Amino acid sequence: MNQPAIVDSQSNRKETLTLNLGPTHPATHGVFQNVLEMDGERIVSGVSTIGYIHRAFEKIAEHRPFYQITPLTDRMNYCSSPINNMGWHMTVEKMLDIQTPKRVDYMRVIVMELARISDHLICNGILGVDTGAYTGFLYLMEQREHIYEIYEEICGARLTTNIGRIGGFERDFNDLAFAKIKKFVKNFGPVLKEFEQLFNRNRIFMDRTVGVAPVTPEVAMNYSWTGPILRATGVDYDVRANEPYSSYEDFDFDVPVGTTGDVYDRYILRNEEMWQSLRIIEQALAKIDKEPKGVFHANVPDFYLPPKEEVYNNMEALIYHFKIVMGEVDTPKTEVYHCVEGGNGELGFYLINDGGRTPYRLHFRRPSFINYQMYAPMSRGMLLSDAIVNMSSLNVIAGELDA
Amino acid sequence: MGKISNQAVLQKLNSRFAENIALPTEPYGLLTFETTKEEIFDVLSFLKEDSELRFNFLTDITAVHYPEADLPIVVVYHLHSFVNNVRVRIKVALDGVNPVIPSATQLWEGANWMERETYDFFGVQFQGHPNLVRILNVDDMTAFPMRKEFPLEDPNRVDKKDFYFGR
Repeated sequence: MNQPAIVDSQSNRKETLTLNLGPTHPATHGVFQNVLEMDGERIVSGVSTIGYIHRAFEKIAEHRPFYQITPLTDRMNYCSSPINNMGWHMTVEKMLDIQTPKRVDYMRVIVMELARISDHLICNGILGVDTGAYTGFLYLMEQREHIYEIYEEICGARLTTNIGRIGGFERDFNDLAFAKIKKFVKNFGPVLKEFEQLFNRNRIFMDRTVGVAPVTPEVAMNYSWTGPILRATGVDYDVRANEPYSSYEDFDFDVPVGTTGDVYDRYILRNEEMWQSLRIIEQALAKIDKEPKGVFHANVPDFYLPPKEEVYNNMEALIYHFKIVMGEVDTPKTEVYHCVEGGNGELGFYLINDGGRTPYRLHFRRPSFINYQMYAPMSRGMLLSDAIVNMSSLNVIAGELDA
Repeated sequence: MGKISNQAVLQKLNSRFAENIALPTEPYGLLTFETTKEEIFDVLSFLKEDSELRFNFLTDITAVHYPEADLPIVVVYHLHSFVNNVRVRIKVALDGVNPVIPSATQLWEGANWMERETYDFFGVQFQGHPNLVRILNVDDMTAFPMRKEFPLEDPNRVDKKDFYFGR
C-alpha cells in the first residue's frame, strides 16, 4: 500500500500504485473494499473484497420459524425493506397455497412501489452527490422522509419495517395512512420533475455520466444482471411483468428500457421507473376503493396470528396462537422458488421445507451480490472518479451484498 | 405463463441425455430434475445453446446439505429462459467428503461468485473455476458453516437448548 509510482528511466519500467478504496470510504456508501492497482488516475486492475457485514442470515433462517424470518429480510436491502418483507411472505404463501384477497394484494403493491421509489430516489440522489451536486439529494431526502412517515403509520417502524404477516397485514391501513399516501402521490410528481430539470440536461452531470461504464445486453446477461441496470442495457426483463405476483397483472404500467447501459441511462431509467411506480400507486388507490373495506388478511388461522384480545378471551384463538408460536402446524414437504422485483433486481427466495417449524434450507438470491461481481472487471481502464460514479449507479447495498 | 411447456423441455432433454435426466418433478410449476456431475456441464451448455430452449440466463447456484443421504451435498442450479419465460431447476448430488463438480464459469461469468459462495459455505470444489477462494467468510476459516453439523451458536451455552423450541 502507498508505494509511490516510480518510473525507472534506465529500463522504462513503470510501477503502479496499490490503492485501498474502502472498506470505509465516504464515496463508497457502505462497507465495500476494492484493492485497486492504479496507474496515475487510471485503474489497471481491481479486486473486490466483500463480506464485512456478513451476518449468516441463511444459517439463522434454518433455526427460526417462518414468521420470524421477516426481520432478517429487512436487513438485506435496507433501502427498500418492504419489498423484501413482501417477497418473503409471498414465498411462504406460495408454499402453503394461500390465496390473499385482492385488497391485500393492492395494499402490498402500494407498499412495494413506495419502497421502490425510496430506493431509486436514494440511488439517484447519491449519484448527484458523487458528481458534485448536493442540492437534488436534499430535495429528494424530504420525499423519502414522507415515505418513511407512511411506513410508520402502517407498521410503526421506519427503516427495518417488518411490514405484514404471512397471509396479509398485521393491521389495516388507517385513514391517516391513506391520507398520507394520497398526499405523497400528489406532491411527489412536481418534486421529481424539479429534480429531473436539475439533472437531466445538466452539462456537468452529463459530462460525468454519459458514456461512463457502458454495458452491452450480452455482457449484462452473461453476468446474470437483473433490475434497472439490466434494463438500462436494453433487456426488458422485469419480474413484475414476466411473472406477475401480488396482482401486478391488474395494473397498467410500462417497463422502461435504456439503450447504452451507461451511468446516464441507468439514472434516466430509475427516474422513469419512479414515474411508473407513481402511476401504479394511483391505480392501486383507486382499486382499493372498490374492494370491500376492512379486509387486510387472508382467512388462514393456522398461520396468521389472531389478535391479542381474542387470544385472552377466546378458546380457538388461544389454540391457534399456541400452535403457531410453538410450531405445531403441519407444512408441506416441498421446495419453492419465488422472486420479486426488488430495488436492484430479481430478489429470489429458494425455500426447501421438510414439514418442520423452520425452513430446512433457505437461500436468498440477492441481486446486489450478483450484480456487484462485474464491478472490478468493468473498472479496468477506467478513471478512479468514473469508477466511483459507476459504483453509485449500480446501487449496491452492503446489507444485501453480504447477507 | 411460458411459451414452451415443461413437458417439451423434458422431452428434448430426454432425447439428448436419456437416463441421465432423473426424477423429474414440477413443484409449483417449476421443472426440477436431477443429473450427474459427469453430465452437468453438457446439460447446462445444451440448455444454454439450444436454439429453441434458450435457457441463457443463470439465475442462481446454491447447495443443500442432507447429512443422512448417501450423496449428502446437493448443488442446485436455477436457469431462466427470458425468451420463453420458463425456469428450470437442476440438482446434482455429490459425495460429502470430497464434493467435486465442473465449474459453470465457462458458460456464464456470473457463475463466478455464486460458485465461490457455494464453496465458502458447503466446501464444493468447482473444477475449472479461476479463483475458488472464500468470499463472505474470513479466509482462515476451516469449517464450511452451512453444513448441518456446524452449530449456529456456541455449543457450550447452556441457556439456549434446541429441544425447548424445536430444531
